[in-house]
Amino acid sequence: MTKRFALGVFEDEDVLLHAIDNLRGAGVKIYDVFSPYPVHGIDDALGIQRSRLPIAAFFYGMCGLAFALWLQIYTLGFDWPMIIGGKPHIALPAFIPVAFELTVFFTCHGMVITFYAITGLYPRFKTSVMDVRSTDDKFVMAIELDETSSALPKLTQLLRENGASEVNQKEMTKK
Amino acid sequence: MATLTHQESATAEQLVVTDGARKIFYTIIGAGILILVLGILASIMGWGAEHPATASHVGAAAGVESAGAPHEAGSAIWVKRLLISLWHSNLFFLGISAVGTVFMAINYVAYAGWSVMVKRIAEAFSAWILPGAVIMLVVFLVGRHDIFHWTHDGIMTKGSANYDPIVAGKKGFLTVPFYLIRMVSYLVIWWAFSWKLRKLSLQEDLNGGTQYFHTSVTTAALFLVLYAVTSSMSAWDWVMSVDVHWFSTMFGWYVFASWWVSGIAGITLTAIFLKQNGYLRFLNANHLHDLGKLIFGFSIFWTYVWFAQFMLIWYANLPEEAVYFNQRLGGFNGQYTGIFFFNLVINFVFPFLGLMTRDAKRQMIILKIVCIAVLVGHWSDFYLMIMPGTMKGESGFLIEIGVAAIFLGSFLLLLTRRLSEASLVPVNHPFIDESVHHTT
Repeated sequence: MTKRFALGVFEDEDVLLHAIDNLRGAGVKIYDVFSPYPVHGIDDALGIQRSRLPIAAFFYGMCGLAFALWLQIYTLGFDWPMIIGGKPHIALPAFIPVAFELTVFFTCHGMVITFYAITGLYPRFKTSVMDVRSTDDKFVMAIELDETSSALPKLTQLLRENGASEVNQKEMTKK
Repeated sequence: MATLTHQESATAEQLVVTDGARKIFYTIIGAGILILVLGILASIMGWGAEHPATASHVGAAAGVESAGAPHEAGSAIWVKRLLISLWHSNLFFLGISAVGTVFMAINYVAYAGWSVMVKRIAEAFSAWILPGAVIMLVVFLVGRHDIFHWTHDGIMTKGSANYDPIVAGKKGFLTVPFYLIRMVSYLVIWWAFSWKLRKLSLQEDLNGGTQYFHTSVTTAALFLVLYAVTSSMSAWDWVMSVDVHWFSTMFGWYVFASWWVSGIAGITLTAIFLKQNGYLRFLNANHLHDLGKLIFGFSIFWTYVWFAQFMLIWYANLPEEAVYFNQRLGGFNGQYTGIFFFNLVINFVFPFLGLMTRDAKRQMIILKIVCIAVLVGHWSDFYLMIMPGTMKGESGFLIEIGVAAIFLGSFLLLLTRRLSEASLVPVNHPFIDESVHHTT
């Protein structure tokens, strides 16, 4: 499937943020913006919803905590009770460091795996670079066009007015 | 940065302390005095006293040392409680006051821009250092025998009836002149640097330019080095030496963590109150979010230090160390057990769960509740550090809360007066625009 895009190239992040506000105000649907580094406030400007990853993180953490407590209580309390330092078999203060570490361990690994799964960042992942300069010093705004590219002249004008230094057209083929 | 469409810049704002506000502060002081008087009466009359020991203490004349009697010598119970709660509340408020300057100094050294909006509040906190220092010196000079066991006569002299070899081993450090020299130097260092940073900040307001900022960075860096040492040593001197047989290498950090998180909670609470009364026009949810993160993070830090101290003592179970937790967990007929667990819940579980989500940190109401809880919680943390070692089983709450309320009212009077002396927004600070446009 081939998709056509209009690419507005911007030199400055402030200009880019204003342009995003204005274009969205004019009813243009922005496909994505490519930038060499994370731009503060761009998520809000693009109207991207906040990630729900923290909610997942909370549950991974709870799993880690439950696993750690089960592991220690079962092994040290029931499966193979041992007296260590004259303490009770199930000595909760001693379990806290392990519980803490496993909570953190489950949370980070769960989050990383979830993040990779959601964003499709698996090995041999090929990313579609709209314009290689967006990996260096340019900000590239991509707007999807229809088959006939009929909106292109109007879009070009709009992008130019909002500070784009150049406007290109690009076809991307997705297998 | 997304809202760059408006390019407004900050303008000076002047706080006007209304008579209504002042009346509230005086009411807090008045209520404190009332509770204090009630507490003293209750102590003298022995209301609600279960232990027969009280009766004999009431008989002793107030303020007179019953000479000769070795360990339990001291003033009447209510005098002791009054002196010790003065020491306790003063420690708490003095520490918070100094944390205002520490907060500012860290932000200077880090070249942080976001915090400029609350900088004047942190500055105003140090208004309490001078009165706090005076109270501390007076209480020490008047009541040191009731607070510090090691100041008793003959405790370090061999052959005396009071001789205690363990305390005598700390002779080099715990002597009254050396103690006073240390105490005065901590207080002078804290006061002088607060004064200097405040002065630079006010001059910056008048003249502008970046030279005041650069001087402040150097001053702040020097202060932080000195504060790192003095905060730790003051914790040994002022708090740990009430349990003179006991020691913990974590203690400096523990006391600092308590002061630090309550100081940040105090700054946040002041900022919210000012915002709700129509001041600090440019303070928004983003600034509160960052302050909330600090409260959240440092509540966990306090717990970490608390637990590091607790677990090692619990695990090793050496009698000379474990006595500290014996007294607090079940000792004195379980008098401190409740507050021991309350302390953990209100200082860890509550802020941890309450401030976990992003929305909670950005909403004033939740942040306000958590800040108040943290302040109450750390006041009771200091209660737990000081009371078992000094009052043993004879401590209570009425006198202590009364004294704390008097301190709170006076602290707020000085704080608001200092806040109203200059613009609430340091308009000529080089990072003021960064703070206005701060997003998280």
